[in-house]
Amino acid sequence: MIALPSSLNANLVIGIALLVMLLVVAGAIVRTRSLLAAIILFSIYSLVSAVWLVVMDAADVAFTEAVIGAGVSTIVLLGAILLTRGEVEKPGWRALVAPALVCAGVGGLLIYAAAGLPALGDPASPANAHVGRAYLEAAPKEIGAPNIVTAVLASYRGFDTLGETAVIFAAGIGVALMLGFGPHASPLPPAATIGDHHVVLRVSAKFLIPLIALFALYVQFHGDLGAGGGFQAGVIMAAAIILHALVFGLRDTMMAVPPRLVRSIAALGVLLYAGVGVACMLNGGAFLDYDYLFPPAFEKQVPGWLLGDPEHAHHWGQHFGILLIELGVLLTVAATMLTIFYGFAGRTVEAIRQERGA
Amino acid sequence: MTDMLSLIGGVCVVAGTALSLIGAAGLLRFPDVYTRIHAASITDTGGASLVLLGLCLIAGLSLTALKLAFVWFSIMLTTPVAANALANAAFGSGHRPRIGAFQIMRTDERRKTSRGTEAP
Repeated sequence: MIALPSSLNANLVIGIALLVMLLVVAGAIVRTRSLLAAIILFSIYSLVSAVWLVVMDAADVAFTEAVIGAGVSTIVLLGAILLTRGEVEKPGWRALVAPALVCAGVGGLLIYAAAGLPALGDPASPANAHVGRAYLEAAPKEIGAPNIVTAVLASYRGFDTLGETAVIFAAGIGVALMLGFGPHASPLPPAATIGDHHVVLRVSAKFLIPLIALFALYVQFHGDLGAGGGFQAGVIMAAAIILHALVFGLRDTMMAVPPRLVRSIAALGVLLYAGVGVACMLNGGAFLDYDYLFPPAFEKQVPGWLLGDPEHAHHWGQHFGILLIELGVLLTVAATMLTIFYGFAGRTVEAIRQERGA
Repeated sequence: MTDMLSLIGGVCVVAGTALSLIGAAGLLRFPDVYTRIHAASITDTGGASLVLLGLCLIAGLSLTALKLAFVWFSIMLTTPVAANALANAAFGSGHRPRIGAFQIMRTDERRKTSRGTEAP
């Protein structure tokens, strides 16, 4: 059974309220026949689950959920909806029997599995007792990064994270293979309009985009210390550029950030990450063993005050290793998001052009 | 002094929540897109501002208060713009107000834009 705490605390009440909201939104998504409304509801769903993740103290996951779920994927889906009809027919009840059975089966299995999970934050649970405790004890000595999550993600399990980065890169390639790398020719300049209806939007976007980019860099370089890292920073950076495309037009964005450059950066990120691993191997360590990132002879030359703490000067291989691979993750994630966005936008531009020609 | 500030802060939070509730009621009850946007944006600006002000008072002069001020600043920067963009898009796609000065226009345009006079 799911263990209920002895008293209802505020977090639990907020969590239950948010989960009820998620259920209501999910019901609305199933009920609606307008695909446009469904996309907006999906966006609301992501935003509510991001809030829920914040309540669960998973701030960095919440960043990603808010940016990807509520932001980028909404935009990509809206771009896709332009190419299709905006409505779905109401299916007969016969067509619903099989999906309903599958949903009920999977849902029942998940509920059954959830009953076997340890309670939230249970110190005796396997994840917290064995591996988690070992990491908590070893990480300050071995890695020296204040944020244990970063230490585990980027150093102990650096190979996993390399795999994740490669998966994102592969996903970007997959979308590009299906939809293309973006508009073939730069889209036509917008038709001249009388008056500027979007002047408020333009002015405030001009102000917001640098702030969002700055926040992305903060999340990137703060990742060593607190919540954050390359994945979160990458999607936030991509969101800033996509916002530019939405407000100022695809043409201007493609001039500022050309699709060709973007796909090179996506590959460069993975290369940088794997390159750090190979550099460690060349210096006599294992793959992605940042202690060997720099040759020992070279490492002795560096004064300890460079990292502020002379006691932990020997960690600077780890520090720079994590910094570099997080940079690789940032580049790959941001560039892949943009590649996917350009792919969808390119299809939309083509469709509009065909419509005009027809 | 601190108790007094906390009390005022608590009152502000409750007032902001009440304002948000009123905004939600307006969102459901108002007749057309524009009045609904008006109700929703009151929730965003007035309600959120009061809640954040109340939280600032409870937090006192600290880093938390500064962070809350930043949150307030970004809300003030984004939500009015979103309301403006929404109203702009609604007007551009042919929704005409059902009440107010534009009502005269509605009878003229009823034949031209069938969508504009539909209940939203």
